[in-house]
Amino acid sequence: MTRGRTTSAAQHRLDLIAVVVAEPHADDPEADSTLSPEHVDIVGLCRHAPQSVAELSAELDLPIGVVRVLIGDLVDSEFVHVNRPVPPAELVDESILRDVINGLRAL
Amino acid sequence: MIFGRSERGKPPVEPVTLKILVAGGFGVGKTTLVGAVSEIRPLRTEELLTEAGRPVDDTSGVEGKRTTTVAMDFGRITLREDLVLYLFGTPGQERFWFMWDELSEGALGAVVLADTRRLEDCFAAVDYFERRSIPFLVGVNCFEGADRYPAEDIRQALDLDSDVPLLLCDARDRESVKEILIGVVQHAMAFQADRRETVTT
Repeated sequence: MTRGRTTSAAQHRLDLIAVVVAEPHADDPEADSTLSPEHVDIVGLCRHAPQSVAELSAELDLPIGVVRVLIGDLVDSEFVHVNRPVPPAELVDESILRDVINGLRAL
Repeated sequence: MIFGRSERGKPPVEPVTLKILVAGGFGVGKTTLVGAVSEIRPLRTEELLTEAGRPVDDTSGVEGKRTTTVAMDFGRITLREDLVLYLFGTPGQERFWFMWDELSEGALGAVVLADTRRLEDCFAAVDYFERRSIPFLVGVNCFEGADRYPAEDIRQALDLDSDVPLLLCDARDRESVKEILIGVVQHAMAFQADRRETVTT
């Protein structure tokens, strides 16, 4: 499935909570013969709604490392793009933290 | 699996995602805690690892390797259409500690779940977060039938710094877990404010 690859050339390590978003034009991944069924599954799930790397791994029952490589392929072929979470070196904006607290209280 | 379904043609909402880690010894109730607040049944994600490649992730040149699987349970709370919080239970076994580095990168904070009958099980987690300056609080899971101890005694037994919050909780109870998570975020805020001060002065 990953043809022996454990890393993807273009991709920096994707965080588990990085969000994968299908590109609007990615309507027919099945037509692309270079893609495996698993690639197509990822595009399908993300087209439904953006998905985190962890969710894709759980949903497709594939190890995280494999999912990362497949997502890397899809980014290269422009079927999806990835929104990375806040970089670890930066502090999360205080207003976001307040929103999280308020959101938890309202649950 | 739904973040905010988009109507056809409209671009989907791309949410900001945050994560909080749940650590503690085996059987202390990490997955129970995640399940108490998650909007989805806790999901399991797995990573295949090679014993020989540990802790370096590069597996080239180690053919004939033995592989192991590390499982992590996680849950999700959609706070707003554009704001999603993930809870990750860290792998309990000590030999999978290296996985924590990846998990803890960019984490908002952590909960160390403790059981008073086996307090020593969470020493390693307390130590880990202290060393890496990740804001955490200790949640003492009050199991039925376990003796209750004053918070101060537990604090001493764990040798906690005075600024680390310690709360009693019930990992099965949604309200109790909500309080724990709010506590983590509040602590993270105070922690960040301190860091900003250190940077500017």
